[in-house]
Amino acid sequence: MSGRLARSARARGPLTTALMSILLAAIAWWMLARVLGPGPRGTGAPGLWTVLALWALLLWVALGRLATLRGTRALRLLAPGLFGLALLLVWEVLVVGWEVPRIMLPAPHQVVLALASRWEVLWPDFKQTAVAVLSGWVAGCGAGLLTALLADRFGVLRRGLLPLAGLAGAVPIVGIAPILVMWFGFDWQSKAAVAAVVTFFPMLVNTLAGLAATEPMYRDLMRTYGASHLDTLTKLRLPSALPFVFNALKINSTLALISAIVAEFFGSPIYGLGFRISAEVARMNVDVVWAAIALAALAGSLFYGLIALFERGMTSWHQSYHS
Amino acid sequence: MKTEPAATAPEAVTLRGRGVLAEASHHASPVLGVVLALLVLWYAFAVALNAPRVTEQLDGLGARWGARELVLAAWSMERPVLPAPHQIAQAFWQGVFEAAPDSPRSLVFHAGVTLSATLLGFALGMVLGVLLAIGVVHSRVLDRGLLPWIIASQTIPILAIAPMVVVVLGSLGLPPLASKAVISMYLCFFPVAVGMVKGLRSPKVLQLDLMHTYRASHLQVLLKLRLPSAVPFLFASAKVAVTASLVGAIVGELPTGAQAGLGARLLSGSYFGQTIQIWSALLMASLLGVLLVAAISLSQRLVGRAMGARA
Repeated sequence: MSGRLARSARARGPLTTALMSILLAAIAWWMLARVLGPGPRGTGAPGLWTVLALWALLLWVALGRLATLRGTRALRLLAPGLFGLALLLVWEVLVVGWEVPRIMLPAPHQVVLALASRWEVLWPDFKQTAVAVLSGWVAGCGAGLLTALLADRFGVLRRGLLPLAGLAGAVPIVGIAPILVMWFGFDWQSKAAVAAVVTFFPMLVNTLAGLAATEPMYRDLMRTYGASHLDTLTKLRLPSALPFVFNALKINSTLALISAIVAEFFGSPIYGLGFRISAEVARMNVDVVWAAIALAALAGSLFYGLIALFERGMTSWHQSYHS
Repeated sequence: MKTEPAATAPEAVTLRGRGVLAEASHHASPVLGVVLALLVLWYAFAVALNAPRVTEQLDGLGARWGARELVLAAWSMERPVLPAPHQIAQAFWQGVFEAAPDSPRSLVFHAGVTLSATLLGFALGMVLGVLLAIGVVHSRVLDRGLLPWIIASQTIPILAIAPMVVVVLGSLGLPPLASKAVISMYLCFFPVAVGMVKGLRSPKVLQLDLMHTYRASHLQVLLKLRLPSAVPFLFASAKVAVTASLVGAIVGELPTGAQAGLGARLLSGSYFGQTIQIWSALLMASLLGVLLVAAISLSQRLVGRAMGARA
């Protein structure tokens, strides 16, 4: 890896960068071994903390060099990737080295261990929440899209709905969770309902904005073709609204996840990520809580990334269609 | 509702002419129509959803009953599945104006508790977000290394750890206000940081070059060019952030043990099946959110005027 780095950073001294990376990795390895093994900690290990400070300084310089790299996508991902790894390492060394109580902040390796050892509990939790999130997301986004199409067709409805939808943006809609849990019961249906309500408004607002975003010139062209409302909608306005729709889909993926988890705080069967978090908080098993959060975060990022990938496929088609 | 002031102030209408009134009704009447339709639907649903339990009750009384009794009973249940709007309005009125503002029955009291956490968290989040954005704009390492993580962290359900943060910080001896504010801060600083990075980068190359020819230092460029041109971005993200802050404060009140605040009110309502209490707390929270966003819009206009923006 250092060879590839060195090639791209030729202008800034390839050998230095390569040496730096090797040195950084070696020191990081030493610190991990030192911290995870037996030995003095906290104030008893001034050497370790000096090394950590010097290491951070060196890392800063190295990242500064890396950040100037231009090149392939993988190369540009290197700086943030290393930054993330470094954060994890500093977290690990500080938490273990200063013997921070697990209640306050568990070390990353404890979180990974908890994730592995409690997997047979966390996996059903995850499935339970994922079903709720996905169905709520689909229902809310679908309803928002349909309502936007209706509102677009009937101007009175649009003028009536748009201010109210804007108002809904300023309102903590998640608060509706206790009511929906009462109505739909403790199982996933109530969480899906909360996710649907929360995702409805962003989709409505974004789609309406997208449908209004076509240039008058294009719409005039469609009119000269004698295109019907439906033709204009499907061939011009919906395709050009796609970036807005995808924006809402992405925002909503996170919103749906958060609202389903929060809804589980108000009552759920004995599984679900939100239930697991509140139950393990009460038992002070903070490492399991962090494991559940890590799982949710990973799934959330994956969900978001998938939509973004799909978006790239769909909207690149749309742009090439125009050019 | 929105046309009421215009109708009660005929002088204003005649001064501005009929155009304003026509304009206002053109915009307000569809909204009014949708609100009315929602209210009618709400009353209908209140009857439909409460009917099973109401018929049970009425049968239990033994007397003969018709549609009239059914509807009236459905709109005046003590613990309805869906309370009628006037029941919520009544509970809201009692909570706001009839209870003493320092009693736990008062909605003003709970709203005040939530508001203080919201505002503290909002202030902390704004400061953190702006500082982070300044760092990102000036340091290439932070820009390339940290910014992607700030963006990626928006996909992480931070809100999920809210109860844990409250419990953990509480066990360290911090007051609940501080722990709730920490959650609000976490939710706030992402939109502010991302918006401010955009804002601080919004000056054009020409303007930056001009500063360069003046031999302005980084600090001077920041204070005299970047920060002023980032102000619209700051307000735009502040509107998102303040709502997020409110949600954070409410969710931070959910863990058991919190006695005060709108979130605690929601939770106790859901434990005891007090639906009217939940709905009136929700109404209060919504009102709070709308007022906070309105306050930011107002200060945006004032700041804009002070900075000489065109109306």
